[in-house]
Amino acid sequence: MRSRFQQGLDELKEKLLRMGGLAEQAIDRATEAYRTRDSKYCQMVLTGENAINEAEREIDELSLDLLAMQQPMAVDLRFILAVLKINADLERVGDQAVNIAQRVLDLISEPEVQLPVDIPRMADSVSTMVQRALEAFLDGRAEVAEAVLQMDGIVDRMKDEAFIVLVQKMYNEPTVTRAALNVLLISRNLERIADHATNIAEDVIFWVRGADVRHGGAHYRQ
Amino acid sequence: MGVGIEVRGLNAWYGKNQSLNSIDMTVAANHVTAVIGPSGCGKSTYVRCLNRMHETIPEARAEGSVKVGEMDVYGSGSDPVEVRRRIGMVFQKPNPFPTMSIYDNVAAGLKLNGFRNRKQMNELVERSLKLAALWEEVKDYLHKKSGASLSGGQQQRLCIARALAVEPEVLLMDEPASALDPISTSKIEELIFQLKQHYTVVIVTHNMQQAARVAEFTAFFLMGSLIEYDKTEKIFTTPADKRTEDYITGRFG
Repeated sequence: MRSRFQQGLDELKEKLLRMGGLAEQAIDRATEAYRTRDSKYCQMVLTGENAINEAEREIDELSLDLLAMQQPMAVDLRFILAVLKINADLERVGDQAVNIAQRVLDLISEPEVQLPVDIPRMADSVSTMVQRALEAFLDGRAEVAEAVLQMDGIVDRMKDEAFIVLVQKMYNEPTVTRAALNVLLISRNLERIADHATNIAEDVIFWVRGADVRHGGAHYRQ
Repeated sequence: MGVGIEVRGLNAWYGKNQSLNSIDMTVAANHVTAVIGPSGCGKSTYVRCLNRMHETIPEARAEGSVKVGEMDVYGSGSDPVEVRRRIGMVFQKPNPFPTMSIYDNVAAGLKLNGFRNRKQMNELVERSLKLAALWEEVKDYLHKKSGASLSGGQQQRLCIARALAVEPEVLLMDEPASALDPISTSKIEELIFQLKQHYTVVIVTHNMQQAARVAEFTAFFLMGSLIEYDKTEKIFTTPADKRTEDYITGRFG
């Protein structure tokens, strides 16, 4: 009976990692759309969202079944709770990628404008965070998850810088306002994805160590 | 009111086989404490040492200190009969006296203790049956029906009423719901939760969900040793010892 339970846990992990792969792909495609100004990538992100939503439903269902049928305890219970939360975060990552794709569609409907913001570089950092958070989840490596937490501040600063330079740009050149707003929103979407990666890393630490490290603390159950 | 239990250096043997190794454990008054562990880990032996039931088995003996409130259970002047009056016990299989009426089952302990006042006895029987959440179901048949005529769940609550009638301070329960269906089990669990207002309850159980549902503290025993003892939430979410984690996640035992 336990081995059946173990199979269920393995299946859950596999499904979540596959969903993580879809979410990573969505970020990469949205970034590629921005870089190349090719609407084909935007369409891929928009149509790919269904698969992410479907994966979310399946993972919720399997988690619910395992909770009801196996009544897991301790590390297994923490694992399933972590999966449920990571699942919700990955679905939101997919939504943010869709938001980026929509901004890019709007951007490329108008002539290209040079803006002093390096979105691909920011996207690269964000994508790395998601990738590392999923790696930490794959092997239950809390130290990798901790490294992800350290990266969040870097992305936050990138977004703050983007805000300052884009506001300045809009002030100086009102004709680029539409494009600048789109890019500002994209930087905001990327920053939100970094927050989701941070949440995923925190959930991995909770699963592995039983510690709640959210909101900048390390709370161990007394 | 319930009293706390202080166990220090408790060892127990069956013949030459040592079944408990130097147990130190403090049980909080008016709380429910669960004792869990695989078969043969010593959890039943442990609770049976608390009220000197262990020594009733041939060749079995125990050493160490057990203090229940002010009472020194293994002290030189200690009387096993008095110890068992103050520390009641309920067993896995309901064991009412089959030919006695419901009333006589509950009054049996009182009569054995030389209780004679009929009016007071009536009151104690009613109070005990009410505490055991059985009164409403049997009040019209107290003298007409035998203990054996009740359902399994009712019989177990009758045994709880019988244990409560002699006004103990501590109630020991050894797998009290393992022979019962889920509805009777939930009644017993609800009852255990209510009883802690008046008594200190120690429950041995194989059912970890049951321990999680009823107990504020949980002790994990393995091979005669107390491995981990903590708040129930801690034991079932983030146990400190790998052996506890392996047991409660079903990786052994």
